[in-house]
Amino acid sequence: MSKGSRRLKTGGEIDRSQIINFEFNGTQYQGCQGDSLASALMANNVSLTARSFKYHRPRGIMGANSEEPASYVELLGDAASGSQPITTIVLREGLRAKAVNCWPTPSFDLMSVNQLIKNFIPAGFYYKTLMWPNWHFFEPHIRRIAGLAKAPERAPMSGQYESRYWFCDVLIVGAGPAGLMAALTVARSGARIVLVDDGSLPGGDLLNTKELLNGQPSKIWVNNVIDELDNLKNVLRLQESSAWAYREQNLVIVTERHPAPKQLIQRTWRIRARRVIIASGAIERTLVFKNNDRPGVMLASAVQAYINRYATLPGKRAVIFTNNDSAYQVAEDMIAAGIEIAAIVDCRKDPAPTHASPTGDIVHKTNHVVTKVVGRRRVRAVNLRSNATGDIKTIACDLLCVSGGWNPTVHLFSQARGSLRYEDSLSTFVPDTAAQANVCIGAAAGKFGLQEIFADALEAGHRAAIDCGFKILELSAPIAQTSAPYSIEALWHSNSDDLSASSFVDIQNDVTLHDVHLAIREGFGAIEHVKRYTTGGMGIDQGKTGNINIIGAVANQMNVALAEIGTTTYRSPFVPIELGAIAGGREDSAVLPYRHTPITQWHKDYGATMYESGAHWRRPGYYAKVGESLQQTINREALATRENLAIYDGSPLGKFEISGQDAIKLIEMLYTNQFSNLKVGMGRYGVMLTEDGRILDDGVTFKLHDDHYLMSTSTANAQTVYRHIQRFLQIERPEWRVWITPLTTQWSNATLCGPKARQVLSQLNSDIDFSSHAFPFMGLREGTIEGIKTRVCRVSFTGELSFEINVRSRDALKLWERLFEIGKPLDLVPIGSEANHVLRVEKGFLSLGHEVDGTADPYDLGMSWVMSKQKADYIGKRAVKVRRGQNRARRELVGLLTDDPYRLVTEGAPLTPDGKLEASEGFVTASVWSVARSRSVALALLADGRNRIGQKAYVRIKNDVIPVTITQPCFYDADSELMRS
Amino acid sequence: MLEITCPFCGPRSETEYINGGPSKVNRAESPDGFTDSEWVDYLILAPNPLGPVKEEWCHIMGCSLWFTITRDTVTHEILPSPETSNE
Repeated sequence: MSKGSRRLKTGGEIDRSQIINFEFNGTQYQGCQGDSLASALMANNVSLTARSFKYHRPRGIMGANSEEPASYVELLGDAASGSQPITTIVLREGLRAKAVNCWPTPSFDLMSVNQLIKNFIPAGFYYKTLMWPNWHFFEPHIRRIAGLAKAPERAPMSGQYESRYWFCDVLIVGAGPAGLMAALTVARSGARIVLVDDGSLPGGDLLNTKELLNGQPSKIWVNNVIDELDNLKNVLRLQESSAWAYREQNLVIVTERHPAPKQLIQRTWRIRARRVIIASGAIERTLVFKNNDRPGVMLASAVQAYINRYATLPGKRAVIFTNNDSAYQVAEDMIAAGIEIAAIVDCRKDPAPTHASPTGDIVHKTNHVVTKVVGRRRVRAVNLRSNATGDIKTIACDLLCVSGGWNPTVHLFSQARGSLRYEDSLSTFVPDTAAQANVCIGAAAGKFGLQEIFADALEAGHRAAIDCGFKILELSAPIAQTSAPYSIEALWHSNSDDLSASSFVDIQNDVTLHDVHLAIREGFGAIEHVKRYTTGGMGIDQGKTGNINIIGAVANQMNVALAEIGTTTYRSPFVPIELGAIAGGREDSAVLPYRHTPITQWHKDYGATMYESGAHWRRPGYYAKVGESLQQTINREALATRENLAIYDGSPLGKFEISGQDAIKLIEMLYTNQFSNLKVGMGRYGVMLTEDGRILDDGVTFKLHDDHYLMSTSTANAQTVYRHIQRFLQIERPEWRVWITPLTTQWSNATLCGPKARQVLSQLNSDIDFSSHAFPFMGLREGTIEGIKTRVCRVSFTGELSFEINVRSRDALKLWERLFEIGKPLDLVPIGSEANHVLRVEKGFLSLGHEVDGTADPYDLGMSWVMSKQKADYIGKRAVKVRRGQNRARRELVGLLTDDPYRLVTEGAPLTPDGKLEASEGFVTASVWSVARSRSVALALLADGRNRIGQKAYVRIKNDVIPVTITQPCFYDADSELMRS
Repeated sequence: MLEITCPFCGPRSETEYINGGPSKVNRAESPDGFTDSEWVDYLILAPNPLGPVKEEWCHIMGCSLWFTITRDTVTHEILPSPETSNE
């Protein structure tokens, strides 16, 4: 057949004058405005569009909407996206797509050899056969031959995803006849509504049929309703948008696939609705017989959609196989479109369809079933079997339309934890009791007559509006031309004895009837077990066309009613959703912006490499000079601090003022050591525990005045400490009169350190006496420096003489530049966090996230002195006592010196007994090149470490063992005289 | 994602809050009066019913108020609960 010849001359919702060029599997094609990728390929007579997940069987297009189980594609280029149903992709100029899971093309697929070995790879085969040497040996090969699309290699080059939150009175899912009727009813009441529809056009199933409403084509009614809704301010209408998740408290997540403006790739709405009306329609299920997956086997409703909506002929000579009445309406449309109907095969003895009772040449085979499709890459014929005589007959055809009945699309209702019940008269599961403020209407509620659907929608719309406090205007439903009763007889499979294992119940995941029976035989008969064991229903189509057939097959085999089997849990997402659409525009920079100190630009101008230093703060890591290696830079900065003069930006440090008459009571509860005897103008280092006795944070708290304290915390933990305090105060001690004021960003600081620090200060114009007798270690002085209001603290995180000069953030740069100006002749060096790390490791000072890893308590770190014996209570005291009472060996902080002084150990590396490949007895918490000792030094947490000082230990790294000697965890100025000088 | 009503700021999305776990008895004034195992129970055991449970939440992205809600762990429904921690 020549190119494009499957397109009908007239009709359909397509614009033949607007040609769209697209590419599929490297071949160029043309389609029309209004086409889906599936309809355009069908019009181009491309019938083999995919290879299957596991067996690489040839597959074609089976559905017309998101129910498509067989053909998934990967979009290429700017619109790159993973596995998408071929039927939901709206054709756009320049679209490029390729079939998934085949190489090089679906028609010539080298992987199709899997079909030959399929008897050896049934359900669960990888649990049973890939045991030696282990699964990982086989995994790369399996991954290559099985599966779906490749994930795009990079993020989209242009455009962005967006997230939005939205609130409404009533959310209506689906813009078919039920959804439109309900939306109109609620919208006229004035309630705020959102109408979501996943098709490219509104109308739902009306688009696919030739239904008349009020004696006119249904399109006229649909367009009138849409026009009215679009002119109402209380209506938000989202077309080409899938409601894919229903969460607690009526939160529905909707992804808009082609939002305006154009630079948006997709937009995800998180909609909280007071009431939700689910008008999601119904999905036709397939029938189960041998080779029911061949290209040319299609859902009857899909054939109807391709004829009426897309003006495309899926075949020339068709057989229809059904167990219900709806396929007869399709037959009527097929005849009108010029498709020859070879036979209508109905499994029922006496079907009485009101539609298109077959006449003339059409063979009507009642009490017959299709048992097999003949043909590999396309249907060539079908075999029928008479239920009465068992006689087999072959009929030639190129299209087999199957209709196994209709399943209400209860996915969202079920995700909302609504219960389902089996309805015998419909042979399917229908919504039973809602668990949230929602209701299913129309086909989603198992109502298939159009007039019945409208009545249902009107009533649900009325109720929702009234529930939300709105008044209803009178309005009536359109009159449908036909309201055919629907009748069905359950048929779960034609031949349960198909040993060739090619009667598919889940076409996407290549799960056969044989697999289901195997699962039951092997003891996995519970429906959730069948699902896991066979993977039936676990594909990205969520088993839309096959799940109920699986339940039917299990029920048949186990000889129980479907109602007793029940359904598996419906899960989100209802359709494949791009990860970018879920994340939205959530780059760190947008949602959690970096925090910068006022001196940031100066640092950058001076050549700083900026690091993240916790809590999203950016701090200089090091200031490299031209020609220096990283290690040389760190050594230079650290050595300058030890021997001369350095300055660093300590602004991100957490700072809180605590005031009120109960301030000291709070501080005593927070810290393990005593603060009540602290004098005004002095500070004390303290450790805070969690209630279960582990270190939460450490820092220095100063007494500014009576009942007024300044607490500093680590940078990363400022927020955590604040929460900890607030929780304690608000929940445990709400009666205490104490206030916490976070001041982290209000105060910035420049810290001068090194032997010459005082020389710089003495040259400043200040009212503070910086001499050691007037301003002792751990003191705090308030005053001015160069006219700038300041608080200077004598604390040291480097082990050197150190002054932390705190000023209002707006004065920080001015102070910094002035200090630098005065310090320059003394060779003042700015240092970054790398050098700070070296300096604190040399002193054995703690660092959160290194030595304090969430398991350590102060005893482990050799800080028994910080645990007050005098205080009756503090947070964590009782828990530490419990732990210490157990006398278990703990990991304790020690120093490590490598036998080879030039050998650096790896931070985080384990220490193992004698360096053997055994369970570790500790790990390296920090490791640096010490400028003070001119050698490698490290800190570690080691089992029973303090008792082993002087002994050997072994750091185990990949393919090597590093011998070390255990030492005290301090490598410089053990008596801490320098920082007190 | 829950919608939680802060007693001070009104209904807000869960993302504005942190969860502090189920409410426990208030911390004892003198923990030394408890045996080790009693204290471990206090630290570790939290109510974990299938059904309504009182929980502490903090409106950390808003007013920093800690308050108590009663949430049904099966349905996520937040039941009316008059009390807040700072009343």
